[in-house]
Amino acid sequence: MTMIDIQSLDLSFGHGAQQAHILKSIQLAIDEGESFGLVGESGSGKTTILRCLAGQYNHWTGHISVNNQRLSHRLDRARCRLMQMVFQDPYGSLHPRHTIESILAEPLKIHGIDQRHERIGQLLSKVGLDDSFRYRFPHQLSGGQRQRVAIARALILEPRILLLDEPTSALDVSVQAEILNLLSELRQREGLTYLMVTHDLGVVAHLCDRIAVMQHGEILEVLGTDELLAGQAQHPYTQMLITHSRHKSEVPGQVTRV
Amino acid sequence: MTAETSMTASTSMGSTHPNRYQALWTLCQDSTKRLLKNPLTAVGLGVVIMLLLVALFAPWLATHDPLVQNLNNTLSAPSAAHWFGTDEFGRDIYSRLVHGARITLYIISLVTVIVGPIGLAIGAISGYFGGWVDTLFMRITDIFISFPSLVLALAFVAALGAGLEHAVIAIALTSWPPIARLARAETLQLRQADYIVAVQLQGASSARILCRHIVPMCLSSVIVRLTMNMASIILTAAGLGFLGLGAQPPLPEWGAMISTGRSYMLESWWLVAFPGGAILLVSLAFNLLGDGLRDLLDPRSE
Repeated sequence: MTMIDIQSLDLSFGHGAQQAHILKSIQLAIDEGESFGLVGESGSGKTTILRCLAGQYNHWTGHISVNNQRLSHRLDRARCRLMQMVFQDPYGSLHPRHTIESILAEPLKIHGIDQRHERIGQLLSKVGLDDSFRYRFPHQLSGGQRQRVAIARALILEPRILLLDEPTSALDVSVQAEILNLLSELRQREGLTYLMVTHDLGVVAHLCDRIAVMQHGEILEVLGTDELLAGQAQHPYTQMLITHSRHKSEVPGQVTRV
Repeated sequence: MTAETSMTASTSMGSTHPNRYQALWTLCQDSTKRLLKNPLTAVGLGVVIMLLLVALFAPWLATHDPLVQNLNNTLSAPSAAHWFGTDEFGRDIYSRLVHGARITLYIISLVTVIVGPIGLAIGAISGYFGGWVDTLFMRITDIFISFPSLVLALAFVAALGAGLEHAVIAIALTSWPPIARLARAETLQLRQADYIVAVQLQGASSARILCRHIVPMCLSSVIVRLTMNMASIILTAAGLGFLGLGAQPPLPEWGAMISTGRSYMLESWWLVAFPGGAILLVSLAFNLLGDGLRDLLDPRSE
């Protein structure tokens, strides 16, 4: 079953001569339970697709349907409970003056969900944090712990889709692996659909089933991770990405970067 | 590597708080310690606390009634009976100063209570919504800010009539625009922050985001600004009092005391020196405290 269906999605910023065409008729179909990666250089529009889906940019044109429902241009509560986003920088995505508990309780309060204390406790243990984190402030946590909290916040509304915006790129290499393992564990346990942006082919190999390669706001190629690893990429740009990444992966370390 | 590895690592880091009140309490303790580390701030805080205590216990601290005249003993120099001397009506200057602290504090607190919320609300709303809301609010702010504050206050007092309450209103009208601008600038920055976007994507209403997420972040710089403002409020109030438009005689307002003492200044220096010193001391103290609070509360310094 198709979970996310994007057809001829277009987005531009600015007017007249200064208009920047960010997304050019994007076509994507992501199945339920799939982990889909968006790969490409900076400025290729990967994050913008995520932000359109999440509801931060609302002036896109085209057709997006999620869970067989056509997406409106306004962000509504149902959409919030269906899709949540995890941000790239765990140092900037948690409110510095709120405790972990109030960060996690906020979505529950907004949606009027009760049993907040129990839910927060369960979720903290689900993302590998214990109850002692509850009344700490974000500045008392390490980067990896913060990203766990950010993942917990995205999961607390029990969404079916998680939009991941380079969830590991701001973290140490060792912590990256922990977060990736946590994400793949959570996906299996909760049956989540992931749409994740990365420019790290190591992450793709670890977590994604299929990827789309993007450049200049267009999707060049959609291919399975197996094909990617087998070097069956068709597009020259994809091949270039792979050779660069191979080149770097000769340096010891599991996670490599383009 | 599994998720368990971080659980063991977590317990070694920092102290744990059994509940949220304890977490806040330790935060307060740390802040106070950091605040008092700077000697100038400690002095400022000390003087402000002293002002509060003097205002609170004015009837007990004063040696004479501030309003009772004694025409047999006018313009007497500081002595054991009258510590700071007496004025042209023979009133005890020390007692008048002590009671004047109440008036000063009354003006400061009333202006701050009016100005803080108004400035914060206008600034945060115009910064958050942008567009025509921003244009409207900021043009209004510009109009108010384009007048020199004392001149605008003079105009308002002239229109409303002299008096303490009118002086408070006039000062409040002139001192909210800088707060609004500050709050707007902070909000513009915060609006882009990931944690605000995150809460937007969770479906929070604009009012909720403003009240619970943006305003607490603006609050620290607004508090610093308000504390710094208190010094200028004191000076403006004293200025209005000096011009005869603030507190009316026989109220022992410090500016008014200087104003009347001016005619006798050359022979009787104490008429002007003590109220002037009090204004200087208190406004300096608020400035020092504001500086210290800025060091403490500025999120960029953490």
